[in-house]
Amino acid sequence: MQSEVMFAGFGGQGILLSAKILAHAAMKDGYEVAWIPSYGPEMRGGTAYCTVVVSDRPIGSPIIRNPLHLVAMNRPSLEKFAPHVKQGGVILINSSLIKISSSRDDVDEIRVPVTDIAKDLGSTRSANIVALSAFVARSRILDMDLIRDCIKEEFANKEKIIPLNLAAVDEGQKAGLTA
Amino acid sequence: MGKTFQRPEALSDAVTHYCPGCTHGIIHRLIAEVIDELGIRGRTVGVAPVGCAVLAYNYFTFDFQEAAHGRAPAMATGIKRVRPDLMVFTYQGDGDLASIGMGEIVHAANRGEKFTTIFVNNAVYGMTGGQMAPTTMPNQRTTTSPFGRRVDEVGMPIKVAELLAALQTPGYIVRQTVISPKYIKRAKRAIKQAFTYQKEGRCYSFVEVVSTCPTNWGMTPMEAIQWTQDTMLPYYELGELKTPETTD
Amino acid sequence: MGKVLMKGNEAIGEAAIRAGCLNYFAYPITPQSEVAEYLSRRLPEAGGVFLQGESEVAVSYMIFGAAAAGARIFTTSSSPGISLMCEGISYIAAAQCPAVFVNIMRGGPGLGGILPSQADYFQATKGGGHGDYRMLVMAPASVQEAVEMVMTAFPLAEKYRNPVMILGDGLIGQMMEPVEFPDDLRSEPSNKDDWATNGMDTRRSDKRNLVKSLFLDPDQLNRNNLALKAKYDRMNREEVRYETYHMDLDYRVLIVSYGTMSRVCRTAIDNLAEEGIDVGMIRPQTLFPFPVQQVHDAAQKQSCVHVASIEMSMGQMVEDVQRALQGVKPVSWYGKCGGDVPTPEEIMEFVRTLL
Repeated sequence: MQSEVMFAGFGGQGILLSAKILAHAAMKDGYEVAWIPSYGPEMRGGTAYCTVVVSDRPIGSPIIRNPLHLVAMNRPSLEKFAPHVKQGGVILINSSLIKISSSRDDVDEIRVPVTDIAKDLGSTRSANIVALSAFVARSRILDMDLIRDCIKEEFANKEKIIPLNLAAVDEGQKAGLTA
Repeated sequence: MGKTFQRPEALSDAVTHYCPGCTHGIIHRLIAEVIDELGIRGRTVGVAPVGCAVLAYNYFTFDFQEAAHGRAPAMATGIKRVRPDLMVFTYQGDGDLASIGMGEIVHAANRGEKFTTIFVNNAVYGMTGGQMAPTTMPNQRTTTSPFGRRVDEVGMPIKVAELLAALQTPGYIVRQTVISPKYIKRAKRAIKQAFTYQKEGRCYSFVEVVSTCPTNWGMTPMEAIQWTQDTMLPYYELGELKTPETTD
Repeated sequence: MGKVLMKGNEAIGEAAIRAGCLNYFAYPITPQSEVAEYLSRRLPEAGGVFLQGESEVAVSYMIFGAAAAGARIFTTSSSPGISLMCEGISYIAAAQCPAVFVNIMRGGPGLGGILPSQADYFQATKGGGHGDYRMLVMAPASVQEAVEMVMTAFPLAEKYRNPVMILGDGLIGQMMEPVEFPDDLRSEPSNKDDWATNGMDTRRSDKRNLVKSLFLDPDQLNRNNLALKAKYDRMNREEVRYETYHMDLDYRVLIVSYGTMSRVCRTAIDNLAEEGIDVGMIRPQTLFPFPVQQVHDAAQKQSCVHVASIEMSMGQMVEDVQRALQGVKPVSWYGKCGGDVPTPEEIMEFVRTLL
């Protein structure tokens, strides 16, 4: 069984980090994982994306044109990648910034105002964690406590921001389940 | 009665391949004497250039590496960085150092690499047969400037010592020559000073030695010395351009 | 230490340290600059030497100087940078010094692009620099394998006193995967006293050492090159490494593919198997020496009607596949070179056309 999750948005929206936390958590859960970034000039400004592959056996192709799930943080990335998502996957739309839908009726589309939720928590910078948690809650791809553990590890050197990000997990989880 | 003059231990007894009147032999001997006097033969590594002195290692009795054209300062950097306890010097000519290796010498000097460079400037490519060098004098005839160096086409000769002295980091920059005993003594003092600074771990040290090439200049050894005196020394002025004392 | 999630480039840097190499000179170039960034923090902390050189040319000679002085040493770069280092690599091979070079390939020729590519196969396996020399070339297909190959590369470089190259691609450098650093791949640098210019006092010797590559006497140069050839012949006998996939089946097509490309092929092979098309694969882990005999033997299988070299280049390894096959079976090439890595679907489509 293999799942591919694509995180996409503007450079600076924390795409790589939320993808890394998911990959880390899946590794801790005993899965094979690969974290595959887009790199180079396209990272500056435009759509940045990063794919996480989670599998119960060694991962073959790291080239994923059709991910199972998509977490879209801005409109250009929704427009670009939504058509490629596999049937039955989750498409999470950051409805704070994206007013349109994916126009797909064969996927589980959820709209979560992740930027607004993060703003209410005190910093839009945690929007990526809200989105990650909402996605994990909805897709049930992993246990949420693993995400919490990995956030603590990831921010071990910046302890001050751990509570904010754990709050972002709680709010993201709630939003993901109710959206 | 003991010997009053003998071959330094750092110098081998190989028969020279250098041309009659060439000053490489003198400079080799000065380096060997300095290495003996400082007692560092067992921890010295020389880096040979590409040029007439590519075979320099045949005349010395300590460890040696042979670089590619112009790259001796990068090799010396590699040696010195991983083995700061070794005494390392590059021995380079003007084509090697001032043309193809200009990038390497400037950056090694600017990093303040703690090795020593002996730069032999004889205003011509020797080994390849007398072509024009970056240090060739205005109007000097060479095999690739048969009508004389045209400075309107290729610029004035590069004063490497002055160029390196313009950098803030390098500590000891000096120019000497070996065309008479008086100058030879000064050149030796400069070389010894350069190695001493290295031994103390103080700074990058650079000794330019204005030299002759009778063969490629088409002169007798005596004429070559005279030409050096009359033509090169007014342009390549001798003396210390920089010492760590003036820098610190 | 358990598994950690690491980017390929950082894992490569860490692997060198774990292998006992504490010296690194480099020049930044995408897509492998993270190695230098990582080591600029990590090496000082480990008591090692980090230096950013002024160019890849200079770096290749810093490597030469340090290797000749007996230090364990390595560098990393990407295609255009490796082109510049090829000058130094030729000298290092000629002077018989051990050093490790990592090439995280990007598209070429010229500035090309920065995305993954395998277009430096010829450069790595058949020269690059001038003269009769070879490098031992290993090609990892995962971050874990990159770690293991880097750790193995140092003792191999010392065993043969020859440069060893790890030939990865942009994805291997940029991807994060779980890695473990195997303790049993740690090794002590070999004793280099009989040849290294490490100072006579250090080795308590009156015999000086000379590291050089100039042999003006034709007999001497020929002798030196024969000595080099003997080492390369020995590599061919002793160092061939490869992995197979689905080779127990009655495959109709045999794929030869390496690195990231071989992983895409593996997925394609799995999917084709579900369609009832059996395909086998040989994945060379060493590109020089190339598994000539193994590819030849695998192609002999009765069921095999076609052999395909699949690579992210315009057809380079395919020449070694043809050399291995000696015409016993038809050989095709499929690939792309520009950073757009072929998908499993594209490979499946290509394989179907062979049947």
